[in-house]
Amino acid sequence: MSAHAQTRLPTGLIGRIRGSDSWSVGDRIGLAAAWGAGILLCLIAAAIVLYMLVRGVQYLSLELLFSHPQPGLDQSKSGGFLDPLQGTLALTVIATLIAAPVGVGIAVWLTEYGRPAWLARAVESGVEIVAGTPSIVLAIFGLLVFQEGIFSFLSYEATPGVSFGRSFFIAGMIMSLIALPLVVGASREALHSVPRHVREASYALGKDRISTIRRVLLPASRRGIGTGVALGMGRIVGDTAIVVVLLGATLQNDPQGGIPGLGFLQGTGSTLTTYVYNNSPVGEGGSPEKAYAAAFVLLLIVIGLNFVIDMITRGRGPSWTR
Amino acid sequence: MDSLSDGRGMDASRTLLAGAGQMPPPVRRIAPQAPATIVPPPPGGNGHASGATLAPPKLQRLERADAPAIERMRTEQLSIAYGEKLAVNAVSLEVRQGEVLALIGPSGCGKTTLLRSLNRLVDLTPTAVRGGRILLDGEDVDGFDVTHLRRRVGMLFQQPNPFPMSIFDNVAYGLRERGSKKPSRKELEPAVTEALHRAGLLEEVKDDLDHPALALSGGQQQRLCIARSLAVGPEVLLLDEPCSALDPLSTATIEETVLQLRSEVAIVIVTHNLQQAQRVADHVAFMYLGDLIEYGEVEQVFSAPTAERTREYVSGGFG
Repeated sequence: MSAHAQTRLPTGLIGRIRGSDSWSVGDRIGLAAAWGAGILLCLIAAAIVLYMLVRGVQYLSLELLFSHPQPGLDQSKSGGFLDPLQGTLALTVIATLIAAPVGVGIAVWLTEYGRPAWLARAVESGVEIVAGTPSIVLAIFGLLVFQEGIFSFLSYEATPGVSFGRSFFIAGMIMSLIALPLVVGASREALHSVPRHVREASYALGKDRISTIRRVLLPASRRGIGTGVALGMGRIVGDTAIVVVLLGATLQNDPQGGIPGLGFLQGTGSTLTTYVYNNSPVGEGGSPEKAYAAAFVLLLIVIGLNFVIDMITRGRGPSWTR
Repeated sequence: MDSLSDGRGMDASRTLLAGAGQMPPPVRRIAPQAPATIVPPPPGGNGHASGATLAPPKLQRLERADAPAIERMRTEQLSIAYGEKLAVNAVSLEVRQGEVLALIGPSGCGKTTLLRSLNRLVDLTPTAVRGGRILLDGEDVDGFDVTHLRRRVGMLFQQPNPFPMSIFDNVAYGLRERGSKKPSRKELEPAVTEALHRAGLLEEVKDDLDHPALALSGGQQQRLCIARSLAVGPEVLLLDEPCSALDPLSTATIEETVLQLRSEVAIVIVTHNLQQAQRVADHVAFMYLGDLIEYGEVEQVFSAPTAERTREYVSGGFG
């Protein structure tokens, strides 16, 4: 093996391959445009981060993170954004807990079973339709459905026979729909990349499909699944429309009923996105500085998620020859 | 990776051979590490001019297994079609413990389909239909629960395919979840060690049982797959071109392992490599376009084939 490592190229070959010296004018213009586009995007990304960093850090303080928002136009008395921060985290957890198992389940069914074929095609189309639907449309749909009286246990009964239709439960369920296609897509991709002979090796040891999926395929696909879930969480963290329509976007979290925990989930609240909107110069609140600080925290969460995705996908997953 | 290199694999299997005692000397050792030697031209110019012909190098092989062969599997008029396409046509064969049966033939001749039908893996192909019978120890395999059948008839694939878990867990994979009670690692350990030993891998990995199996070299992965199959105690082992993705050194190790196993397990090997068939097989079945053209002892098939088609194939006329 060491003999191969020490093999040298004949000296005559070195330096024969040149860069773009011999390219035509058109190629060079294309190359310059591609370079320019790449650099421009880097500049925009850097500008966003730096601008939000400067504006955000300037106003950010620990006190903001740990105090409840208060009504009022006076910035010195309007409190912090503890509630929206809790709201963002709670909503992300609820929606992810729904989207991850359902999404992985759909992906497993599509790749490992997928029969009858017409049903598989219908499921695929369904996932695509959900993926393509704007979140505000999903939100309005959710409101229509969950205001039905039978769903009042998910929020509370506003008037007899009519549910309020807005709560962490409901927002989380609809929010899971925007993460679902990403989880399904990434999981399917990962499952597809496991060669057929690996499945057959498991069957050849006398294992059934369920054991094969649980013990071989899902562990082999965990990078892909993890990436899909993290991407989905990014979408959930950043969504505003569903929060405005289905979470109430109230200033403070507003638990319903007397049971702690359950009451929180049945109640309304807000997230960082709606807090930023409400406090920004275009919103009703008059605390633009706090909006900048909250936006910066939101950006940090998203960058953190990207970092997690990076960690998951770094290195090599299991690789077999096909 | 250095500590797991294949060089030690050879050493380990040599030790195993020596330990076995009754094994014959390593007569068919491949020596890929030996420097290339240049053969001087025969005296009197080249062979054609002088009329002298060099005798082809005689392929040497291990002695036949001493134990009498016992029939374990048999196909009777087995036919398999994928949709309209007939892949295997009325093939009757015997698979015996104590010897290795090689299925040879050009691509698309149905040898892999035949092999995959023996553990009913072919059932996974939705379009596949089967006629005729397959018997395991005299019982029709259709009567078996398929998971039970596959524990008795193990299989090794063309590409090494360890599961994405540790070496230990790979070998223990087939042993787990058999009953309602989950066996502990301590209970599984003897069986795992035994299987790794039989596959000739134990010496190389005994200190790394918790390392990921996919970090092993290709040859070690393939031997791990053998160990994984052996752990469930199969009576028949099906090998589908098990060395086609491996280097000569790993191939030699696998072949040695196969030869050692044949007294305990009935072995069927599908191979494209005629030299490999000569090295490891006791009986050879030559298939062509789904038909079984010739079946016989390895010397007979390679040196005195009865069918013209076999003669052409083994002499390199086509394929």
